[in-house]
Amino acid sequence: MSEQLIIQLLVSGLGMGFIFALIAIGLTLIYGVMGVVNFAHGEFIMLGMYATYLAYVTWGVDPVLSLPLVVALMFCFGLVVYYVLIRRVLQGSMQSQIFATFGLMVFLQAAAQFVMGADYFAVRNSWLSGVVKLDGVVLPVPHIAAVVGASLATVLLYLLVFRTSVGRQLRAASQDAQAAATLGINGSLMYAFAWGIGAACVGVAASLLANFYYIFPRVGAVFVLLAYVAVALGGFGSIHGALLAGVLIGLMQVVIGFFVSSELKYVPVYLLYLAVVLVRPRGLFGRS
Amino acid sequence: MLEVAHLDAGYGDHQVLWDVSIRVADGEVVALLGPNGSGKSSLMNSVSRLVTRLGGTIVFDGVALHELPAYKLPRHGLSHVLERHRMFPQMTVLENLQLGAGPGASRDKVARGLDKAYALFPRLRERTRQVAGSLSGGEQQMCAIARGLMSEPRLLLVDEPFIGLSPHMRAEVDAAIRRINGEGVAILLIEQNVAVSLAMSHRAYILREGRVVLEGRSAELAAGDAVPQAFLGRIQPARPN
Ligand SMILES: Nc1ncnc2c1ncn2[C@@H]1O[C@H](COP(=O)(O)OP(=O)(O)OP(=O)(O)O)[C@@H](O)[C@H]1O
Ligand SMILES: [Mg+2]
Repeated sequence: MSEQLIIQLLVSGLGMGFIFALIAIGLTLIYGVMGVVNFAHGEFIMLGMYATYLAYVTWGVDPVLSLPLVVALMFCFGLVVYYVLIRRVLQGSMQSQIFATFGLMVFLQAAAQFVMGADYFAVRNSWLSGVVKLDGVVLPVPHIAAVVGASLATVLLYLLVFRTSVGRQLRAASQDAQAAATLGINGSLMYAFAWGIGAACVGVAASLLANFYYIFPRVGAVFVLLAYVAVALGGFGSIHGALLAGVLIGLMQVVIGFFVSSELKYVPVYLLYLAVVLVRPRGLFGRS
Repeated sequence: MLEVAHLDAGYGDHQVLWDVSIRVADGEVVALLGPNGSGKSSLMNSVSRLVTRLGGTIVFDGVALHELPAYKLPRHGLSHVLERHRMFPQMTVLENLQLGAGPGASRDKVARGLDKAYALFPRLRERTRQVAGSLSGGEQQMCAIARGLMSEPRLLLVDEPFIGLSPHMRAEVDAAIRRINGEGVAILLIEQNVAVSLAMSHRAYILREGRVVLEGRSAELAAGDAVPQAFLGRIQPARPN
């Protein structure tokens, strides 16, 4: 097997991996801070992708330029979801929280179908299309962009969560909301912030995905299922875990898709998940 | 400075405090005493707005605390060191202390607070970069007190700071609390040991089954046998109809 091939697989594997990781980190951040599973997370991806697509075909704004806008828009969307929906069910039962985000998922999918129809769209001939050839290695530009963009976003997120005062407050509220309150931290504000950041992570992933993946109302399901696996594999609420598991899953499915068969590419991922969860139910980095 | 009047409080529908009135004056150390489950922590947590108030008022230097959410209290000069210290175990000592200064605290305030914290508990200085969960129970308690002081409160609530501490650590925490009070910070203290509690405080309230059954100057309470009587339920609160 040639060196070129390894590099190609590595780039597309890492590209997918960091995208899964971003989606999973958004999910685990929301879960870790408030114990709510966002079942509409996949639809957040769908929204981000449509936003990127519409900006491109309507105003001719290239995905590279619309990325910050999409991220900002998704951040605001996360805040709105929290304040309009989640805050109202926070005191309620587990079931009402599940139905709230599940209902949001159904609503967003139906809304997308209504507005955009069931057709598949694609962003064509954007700046990030085509391939680059280096020493006989052929690399699709969107995959390179995914690796660079998503890993950069992950670094920024790490800095935000682990190096800033706001990130510290967020972690405090997620570890012990009552103790955080006695230190002057507004829990509700932190929850809103977690939704905003979680959705913004998805915004980055969606914008990068739009360069090489079809856009349709149920597109979120393709990615979010593996993101849930990454969250469970990494340990619920663990950012490090989601990052590691996301990258691992991305690499695995690309490598196996190539060497074995693309129909079977998810099988080893779920086998790994089963194995880890059987041996260590709280996941790789989960707290007991 | 703190005036709790006719407070009723509880968890959901489950009332645990009835008609409780206590006050803390400027610079005072006031102890809350009572058997397990008598409502000491619930009272303290009601003052810091963590337990639902069903009736009565809580006023601190003219501010109606009972109208505020818990997270707004530190900015009014009140700080609470919760029962079992409640450090953030995965964060470093430094991060815990920084959090204590409050959101948006100035660099100056944080630096000032850290200096004070290390002066009060020198052993914390070597542990700055260590995660809080790796400290001993006593060190975590010290860190929690230091964290509570970072917001520069005028009134500090401390819930059982001595629990599970070695005699040596107890002495250190005891000295620290006296020193904090010596610098003008009023203290509301919960400590199970009656002798220790009365020795450390100017005045005390004895609770039983969610009511204040006895109050007085600590020196006088320590001299008589009213406190054990109150613990045993031989003193009934005056009940208004
Ligand atoms: N989170 C809670 N939910 C429901 N009831 C509670 C809760 N915390 C305390 N209680 C009840 O409130 C009453 C008073 O408890 P509290 O913890 O205030 O007593 P305490 O005097 O601090 O006891 P201890 O000395 O054991 O700390 C008890 O009957 C207890 O069962
Ligand atoms: Mg208690």
